[in-house]
Amino acid sequence: MTRACLAALLSHWRRNPLQLFAFLAGLALATALWSGVQAINAEARASYGAAAATLGEGQFDQIVPVAAETLSQSDFVMLRRSGWLVSPLIEGRLGDVRLVGFDPLSSPAGFVAAEVTQPDDLGGFLQPGQLYADADTAAQLSVDVDVVIDPNVAPGIAVGDIGVVQRLLNRTDLSRLLVQPEQPLQRPVLDDIAPHLRIQAASQTADVGELTDSFHLNLTAFGLLSFAVGLFIVYSTIGLAFEQRRGMVRTLRALGVSLPRLVMLMILEVLMLAVVGAGIGVMLGYLIAAMLLPDVAVTLRGLYGADVAGSLQFRVSWWGSGMAIAVVGALAAAGARLWQIARMPLLESARPRAWAMTSGRAQRVQGAIAGVLLLIAVGLAWGGTGLMAGFALLGCFLIGAALALPILVRPLLAYAEKAARTPVARWFWADTRQQLPGLSLALMALLLAISANIGVATMVSSFRLTFVAFLDQRLAPELYVETANAVQAAAIEANLPKVGASVLPLLAIEITVAGQPTRLFGVRVGPTYWQNWVFLDTAPDAWDVVDAGTAAVINEQLARRAGLWVGDMVDVTPARALPIAAIVADYGNPRGQLIVGEGLFRALYPDVSARQFGVRTTDRAGVRGILTSELGIPDSAITDQSNLKAFSLQVFDRTFTVTAALNVLTLAVAGFAMLMSLLTLADLRVPQLAPVWALGLTRRRIGQLELLRAVVFAVVVCIFALPVGLGLAWVLLAIINVEAFGWRLPMHLFPADYAQLGVYAMLAAVAAAAWPALRLMQTPPATLLKVFAHER
Amino acid sequence: MTKANPVLILEDVEKSFFGADGAVPVLRGVGLTLHPGETLALTGESGSGKSTLLHIAGGLETADAGRVQVAGHSLGNMSDTERAAVRCNDVAVIFQQFNLIPSLNVADNIAFQARLAGRSDDGLTVDLATRLGLSEQLRKYPEALSGGQQQRVAIARAIAARPRVLLADEPTGNLDEGTASDVMDQLLALVADTGAALLLVTHSPAIAARMDRRLHLSRGRIV
Repeated sequence: MTRACLAALLSHWRRNPLQLFAFLAGLALATALWSGVQAINAEARASYGAAAATLGEGQFDQIVPVAAETLSQSDFVMLRRSGWLVSPLIEGRLGDVRLVGFDPLSSPAGFVAAEVTQPDDLGGFLQPGQLYADADTAAQLSVDVDVVIDPNVAPGIAVGDIGVVQRLLNRTDLSRLLVQPEQPLQRPVLDDIAPHLRIQAASQTADVGELTDSFHLNLTAFGLLSFAVGLFIVYSTIGLAFEQRRGMVRTLRALGVSLPRLVMLMILEVLMLAVVGAGIGVMLGYLIAAMLLPDVAVTLRGLYGADVAGSLQFRVSWWGSGMAIAVVGALAAAGARLWQIARMPLLESARPRAWAMTSGRAQRVQGAIAGVLLLIAVGLAWGGTGLMAGFALLGCFLIGAALALPILVRPLLAYAEKAARTPVARWFWADTRQQLPGLSLALMALLLAISANIGVATMVSSFRLTFVAFLDQRLAPELYVETANAVQAAAIEANLPKVGASVLPLLAIEITVAGQPTRLFGVRVGPTYWQNWVFLDTAPDAWDVVDAGTAAVINEQLARRAGLWVGDMVDVTPARALPIAAIVADYGNPRGQLIVGEGLFRALYPDVSARQFGVRTTDRAGVRGILTSELGIPDSAITDQSNLKAFSLQVFDRTFTVTAALNVLTLAVAGFAMLMSLLTLADLRVPQLAPVWALGLTRRRIGQLELLRAVVFAVVVCIFALPVGLGLAWVLLAIINVEAFGWRLPMHLFPADYAQLGVYAMLAAVAAAAWPALRLMQTPPATLLKVFAHER
Repeated sequence: MTKANPVLILEDVEKSFFGADGAVPVLRGVGLTLHPGETLALTGESGSGKSTLLHIAGGLETADAGRVQVAGHSLGNMSDTERAAVRCNDVAVIFQQFNLIPSLNVADNIAFQARLAGRSDDGLTVDLATRLGLSEQLRKYPEALSGGQQQRVAIARAIAARPRVLLADEPTGNLDEGTASDVMDQLLALVADTGAALLLVTHSPAIAARMDRRLHLSRGRIV
């Protein structure tokens, strides 16, 4: 019985290949975007994990300099001699590859970089001129040493003996020291023997995974949005398929198939189709992820300094979650229909109801749900805190707006019908209104896609405008110079002012303010700061008081996280608090910053000297010449401001490549949803159109009106999408961004972009309607006549 | 000759439907018996309860009171699933609206109920199709058939399941007179061959006259 019944159920899809295609394609597209995003996230997280393990982050305490970037070999020797069990480590970049050098003999047990080489080939490892890296990374290395392929090394990283790496990086210093977990009890206190060094606990080590969480959460949110749009197609198709099979269900039950068995078989049927659709989707997701991963890798390196493998692995974590969410989504989409089947009296009319003709009660329920969701969104916008509350607000707002769409469109169509003068126009509007329930899911999907496009485009363009202005403000010095030692630093300070250049030393040290890791800067207050820095809020004469050492400036991130604002006191040291004179916007930086005058900084931290300088000059070439020829600073240590700006903008643009790609894909899925809805509805349209044809409207004219209807719907959806999209942009800029990164962006409007998007949406709608309209125009008269025949 | 035990027994069956004006009695103490091989016509005006009686006999609906026994099974206390099993194994229903499965071709439709009951016989399917003039239509789908042809497929499906009780609800109600007569000829011939009992609901006195027995239902009572 089971086999025969299942065969009968499945025969529906064989006889309706378009519905089968819509189901599979909808689910595949939904799964593809979701699993593609998850694949990217999984790959990135695996890379962070591998890198953290390779570099000892999060595993061992480390000794790092208090102020400088590096420590000397003599520090290491001194600590070892005084009884500290530490192991030296150096890291630096060679092109796109991160080189890590360590001492395999003294490194702690469990340090992965050491384990990849031990115990088989320690001798080989210690031989001069040997690095270990995975195959992809090895291919990027062009060095004069042998590179041993080792898949255990994290992607983007090459490890080797410390001597080899120091030579390749042309350095003699160290980056940090790994502290063995077991230490002698009688060793001296670090502050006593090396006050310029500090211990960084394993738990406080920069966790790239945490830093990048917001980025991955954003990707996930996009994946989920795309999944929801794809699921609209599945829901719509299942609804149609179940509606068309009411007769079959009645017959099967009349012929002796019990209801529990029938429902179980229908669940099995949906499961089988879902597995096929999800399987195709996972494959597509792999392709999407493989296509986007290189851009994501660049973004993560640019924004967070995180290395991500450029190649994608087929990890069970993402394809498993893709399959699971697709199957659960399909079952959820089928749930309501299965519930209807389960409750349908055996002898209920088998005639398909005018499909999706929602009752007045259903509309009221939908309107009520939309209202509740929008109210929750308002509540969350008013009082919600945290990133999850931000995303909940986003979800409630978008779903509420989507559900409200058909409710709001219906009276508009009714008005148009009332206002129509000719019979054909009147019929057109009445028929359009009748189509609304059948198309409402597709229209909601289109609304979500267009709104997401408007919202994200507004956010990205606003961000770009602000970011460009911010770069002009922050990257005012024409040249940036990095010195190797104090002698070079002193030479710069002494010589450049003689040729009319002003020197801005970069004095910085890591401190903790209100529990937030913060970078304290000492700035030489002058025109560069007065003229270029734009404050979000400021007290009068802010720079004067900062220069006098009686006030400080903090960035927006620190202000929001620590709950500080202008006039509040901030601790520069445990013994010294200053009033806040201004809050400065600081885009693209996840960390807190505290800015004081140079004099105060030098007084508080006399041991800290500047190694990096900004140089204001009107003669870049001349100053560059002095730096290289007279002061002996290598050209590679000098960065031109314009290059830095160009690089920053490049990183910015690539950061949003993924977002733009997901945007386009979401719009494509929404267009596909509309096409599928129109195609699957086309057969049901014949009985509705046949009487109009019989009364004198040509098939061609009917087809044209079908196209016009698609345009009408697209225009209406675009009109509704504009406020929804702008609302979405506001939530992204004013809430999500603040929660995720700690700073708020001003919102700009881009009407030309919105108009362009509206045209695209209309083209998508017309393209989606073209095929069904063409099919309608070519419907043979015999098919139309069958509607009137007694024996159908 | 001693008659075999009845395959269908209805005793004092009562049924009401609930509408806006409260309970509306449709069947009031109806009883009948049907033996293997026997044919019985049930006539009556519209709304007299004919179809409801047929549905109760087939386990498609439950009686409010009275006894219903089909092929030795008392349907009174059965669950939906148990009644479905009786329908599958012992009863076949021919509907006025044919109720074919649109996505299965003619051959699969004919064999369908027999397959559900686990007694599919391809030879019988072909034989029935030939006898009913459907041998050229076996690969076609219902939508391509005329009403008369679709009703023949429905009859073939019912007979192919080899039921003990065959229930037909105005099987020729949608057909013209000539086609209706042909269909009835074939139905009665097949019933005679299989030995099934036939309870047929009809408005047509001519068709009723061809049955072994006739019962008239009026306002929910046998008269």
